[in-house]
Amino acid sequence: MVSFFQNLVNALQWGSFYALIALGYSMVYGILMLFNFAHGDIFMVGAYIGFFVATGLLALTVSGSIALPGWLVLLLTIIIAMALNSIVGMLVERIGYRPLRDAPRASAAITGLMIGIILETGNLALLGAQRLSFPPLIATETYNIAGVNVTNKKIMIVGVALFLMLVLHLFITKTKWGMAMRAMAYDFAIIPLMGVPINLIAALTFGLGSALAAAAGILYGVAYPILDPYMGILIGWKAFVAAILGGRGSILGAAFAGFLLGFIEIFTATIFPSTFRDLIAYSIILIILTFRPHGLFGEAYSARLRL
Amino acid sequence: MALLEVKHMTHYFGGLRAVHDYNLAIEAGQIRGLIGPNGAGKSTIFNLITGVYTPTEGEITLNGVNLIGREQHEIASMGIGRTFQNLRLWRHMTVLEHINMANYSHITYGLIGAFFGTPARYKQEAEIEEKSHRLLKLVGADKFADQKVTNLPYGILRRIEMARALAVEPKILFLDEPTAGMNPEELKEMMSIIRHVHAELGLAIFLIEHRMKFVMELCERIQTLVFGEVIAEGTPEEIQNNPLVIEAYLGKDLDT
Repeated sequence: MVSFFQNLVNALQWGSFYALIALGYSMVYGILMLFNFAHGDIFMVGAYIGFFVATGLLALTVSGSIALPGWLVLLLTIIIAMALNSIVGMLVERIGYRPLRDAPRASAAITGLMIGIILETGNLALLGAQRLSFPPLIATETYNIAGVNVTNKKIMIVGVALFLMLVLHLFITKTKWGMAMRAMAYDFAIIPLMGVPINLIAALTFGLGSALAAAAGILYGVAYPILDPYMGILIGWKAFVAAILGGRGSILGAAFAGFLLGFIEIFTATIFPSTFRDLIAYSIILIILTFRPHGLFGEAYSARLRL
Repeated sequence: MALLEVKHMTHYFGGLRAVHDYNLAIEAGQIRGLIGPNGAGKSTIFNLITGVYTPTEGEITLNGVNLIGREQHEIASMGIGRTFQNLRLWRHMTVLEHINMANYSHITYGLIGAFFGTPARYKQEAEIEEKSHRLLKLVGADKFADQKVTNLPYGILRRIEMARALAVEPKILFLDEPTAGMNPEELKEMMSIIRHVHAELGLAIFLIEHRMKFVMELCERIQTLVFGEVIAEGTPEEIQNNPLVIEAYLGKDLDT
């Protein structure tokens, strides 16, 4: 029983990463009917931006110009990196996807893959092949709760992830931009006739998704402090699977499926040898999708349905 | 100066000439009709004026301000509202949310207001809600305000679409086949709703319709479009007696 809860804690942490990234896939799909296949690499860029912001802030602290405690540096890093990465996301939309808005979806998908490669290799060219190590901003403290080891980092990661999801939920349900996003998800063409600028909403959606990816990147860096240019590929694909599992375009689905994916992976690893983990975990997901092809929270429709 | 003026508008889809030398001048408060056989280019004209397509040639002005090259959302905010031939509603939203959505450009509160509920937001929300209810009453659909649109009959959905177009506060309302697919009962209701809206809000209305009786009773002036060209323009009586219109609809008499 203790080991069950121990795994639960780990699953929540991985689920947080998957969920935050999956939200970006799902939001973009929801409004533009395309999967932004560069999103895993936008996560990577976010982690790197976080690295530079954190290193910069630490350097200022060391040089004595300002004195900030580690948790404040982390908080500032998350906020600044989210803002900067949202600009990266909006640039990707502006340069890569907007010219292709009326092009076949396959063109947009190929463009996404290429943007991903450009981000990876661009990073490699700029920073070299050596891995960077994310600065330890907060000291690890381990609490033993009824035999289950919980670190302050894990609590922080899950807490920040849930908080950001709550903020996103408020944004989507309460603001006029969120309302426009929801409406756009169902009928793209008539939105401008309500006086809503679609380009602004599309850019905003990419920006929001990228900001969440940056947060995921930094939280990932806190948990696993090694950054390399290809770190976004596998986790990006897995989060993409979560977005599909949750139901294309479903925000709630993406968050839920992100956590579900974390649970399935961690608990498969406890039962089977860890080399089999992905094989078995993703077979389970394949079976789920066989019975619910439109995902857990997705609606069954073949194309964009109109009333 | 007319409210909406279109001069010498021509549009090509690739090599296909969809609209040729189209002219239109609508005065404030007029009800105008556009008729013509299927494929004549009626909806294309709507799409050209509302900014979905940019015309190959020609001028379009609203109150003397040029519309060509502007984004659709700008044109909508400048005062052209429209409904569609096929219903275009958001099936996961309630009726009231549909009308509220159309107030996008009137909402001024930002993130802080939305998240923390500032007094300014509550005031504005109350105003928008009141306006939405007023518009729904105008089209006789207020009792459905809190229902999801999927649960409502077709005739009501048409009215909701109209209320949504009105929420943009247009000076001129474009109706693309407002009675398509309606039974005679719904048709009669739609006619009186259009009259009511016109009388209450005093806006201009430009409509595409296939049902002659409907157009003839409602419109002050009518244009007939065939293969992208206006072959006749005039009052309902003039149109009804115009041999070119009769020919376009019924074909030529073999004896003549």
